[in-house]
Amino acid sequence: MAIGLHDSTIKNPVLRWVDQRLPVFTMMQKEYGTFPTPRNFNYFWNFGALAMVTLMIMIATGIFLAMNYTPHTSYAFDSVERIMRDVNYGWLIRYVHMNGASMFFIVVFIHIWRGLYYGSYKAPRELLWILGVVIFLLMMATAFMGYVLPWGQMSFWGATVITNLFSAFPLVGEHIVTWLWGGFSVDNPTLNRFFSLHYLMPFVIAGVVFLHVAALHITGSNNPLGIDPKGPQDTLPFHPYYTAKDSVGLIVYFIVFAFLVFFMPNYLGHPDNYIPANPLVTPAHIVPEWYFLPFYAILRAVPDKLGGVLLMFGSIAVLFILPWLDTSPVRSMRFRPVAKWALFLWLIAFFVLMWAGGKPAEEPYVTISRIATAYYFAYFLVILPLLGRLERPLSLPESIAMPVLRGGGPVMAGAAAKPMEKA
Amino acid sequence: MRAVRNLIGALALGAVASLGAVLPSPARAAGEAIAIPDANFGFAGFFGTFDRGAAQRGLQVYKEVCSACHGMYHLSYRNLLEIGLSEDQVRALAGTFTVMDGPNDTGEMFERPARLSDRFRRPFANELAARAANNGAYPPDLSVMAKARPNGANYLHALLTGYVDPPAGFTVADGMYYNAYYPGHQIAMPPILNPDQVTYADGTAATVDQMARDVATFLAWAAEPETEQRRAMGVKMILFLIVLGGLTYAVKRKVWADVKH
Repeated sequence: MAIGLHDSTIKNPVLRWVDQRLPVFTMMQKEYGTFPTPRNFNYFWNFGALAMVTLMIMIATGIFLAMNYTPHTSYAFDSVERIMRDVNYGWLIRYVHMNGASMFFIVVFIHIWRGLYYGSYKAPRELLWILGVVIFLLMMATAFMGYVLPWGQMSFWGATVITNLFSAFPLVGEHIVTWLWGGFSVDNPTLNRFFSLHYLMPFVIAGVVFLHVAALHITGSNNPLGIDPKGPQDTLPFHPYYTAKDSVGLIVYFIVFAFLVFFMPNYLGHPDNYIPANPLVTPAHIVPEWYFLPFYAILRAVPDKLGGVLLMFGSIAVLFILPWLDTSPVRSMRFRPVAKWALFLWLIAFFVLMWAGGKPAEEPYVTISRIATAYYFAYFLVILPLLGRLERPLSLPESIAMPVLRGGGPVMAGAAAKPMEKA
Repeated sequence: MRAVRNLIGALALGAVASLGAVLPSPARAAGEAIAIPDANFGFAGFFGTFDRGAAQRGLQVYKEVCSACHGMYHLSYRNLLEIGLSEDQVRALAGTFTVMDGPNDTGEMFERPARLSDRFRRPFANELAARAANNGAYPPDLSVMAKARPNGANYLHALLTGYVDPPAGFTVADGMYYNAYYPGHQIAMPPILNPDQVTYADGTAATVDQMARDVATFLAWAAEPETEQRRAMGVKMILFLIVLGGLTYAVKRKVWADVKH
């Protein structure tokens, strides 16, 4: 490109003046206006936008909470109660932030599941998927540190249990734990650094989200059929078609969110976290927040501490190499009759782990956790690599706009294909 | 209608996802499984409000009985305006307490009657003083007690009415009391509510159950004083979102009308 003013097509003279010097409006028009998007998205494709909105809500409410919060072991609990009582609409800001964390995980779990079902992790979107897993890891770290800040009993004991996991590593383990705590127990230095990092991490997430979206706009979106758009007849401009469709999903999402915040704000939390932290009293059952329960169950399924820690981290790490574990060239599970059911079984195993993670570490929950853990890993490490070779996928439609197969009759006879016959 | 079916699918999915998410909620997992009877409080349920009379009677029970040992540090006297007391009544009530203030111009601490802006007076100077006065036990602060226990208000009502004779063979430790609803059944708090322990100004008969209900109502309000405002705002918010959702869906239909699918 030649040096000089950008050749802008923006009509408004003021905007054009800016756009000629810094073509942000051209970029927005290209990436969110005319951006060619597959025409066959279902409502599962709302969840990326929902996650983006939730991140913005969390940052906005978090900034106002930080203005009124005191990161000190003697004042943290009281300052949170002060927010609830004496700050104007403080209860609203805090309950939105608190339940926003749960909503964020619900949205991201569905978003990830969407990727698993429709094969969005496969070439050419491997890096896009990997960036998504990085975001998920950062989210987990951020949520964990945020839960420590109110300095209730579960804050304190959750922080103690989770940071202690690192002591399982030989030789360096104890040093890592001391380093994380900033001392020899979870105390004021721990709370201070967690507050600092909890404020920092969302902006790191926002940065990786930017990369995630940038990578998406190189490869383009996947779609429910998992086949590439072959031309303009297969796509629609992002605006107004998907801005309108995302808006519908967003309002439905806000209704669920509002119901939680206004009518059952403490339902997903633990009552013990309204008891001020007390290092001398251990709660009967220390349980993490609900969104960590599947991974907590995997941790406890292993009798060996180091083995449990490695398996727990492994349950996320396996997602990084998923694009190369799944050897099938077919993306969408709609055309994979065996893998589809293997994935539904995986989803059940995930919910079983979530349920078992909230139960005490005793029988029969331990055995159930072990079976579910085994299947969780088997799906990625055994079933997907083998199915790519053994499974006979159904024949793929010719294009998104002409999805009806010649001679593929029973293949597409289902709710998924029927409406498209009209096309 | 593919779009409608998709929308319903997405809704059902959201519902299933959130249900799946909440089912293993740790709140249900922790603690012993002692069934807590439902006291049918009027403020339970999505549209419930606090019975002002009960909350005021509960305040009286707290003030005359509980406050000898339990603080409510997160409340200020001015908060009592919210349960229907007049400013004069609250001023008079605060005036019966003496708080430490200062230092004054000469550097001395001094005592004065409490004002509306003062926090509820703490019964003990610190935890050690509280333990020394209570046979080693520490009476917890009650400000957020109703949300610090599973099934808070019902639990508090059950606990206060749950002092019964221990079952045969159950040994109660020295200085402890048997309670049917306390986890482990041995509680350091004596059965403090007795019939006619307080004399209600409105003539309500002060049975143990009545006092327990009233003080549980007061504590439930104290733990979440924003409840009524929150629910009222929630109704408006959700109605607004439903209307906005309908309009948004109509716009989406209009935009997509020219797309064959």
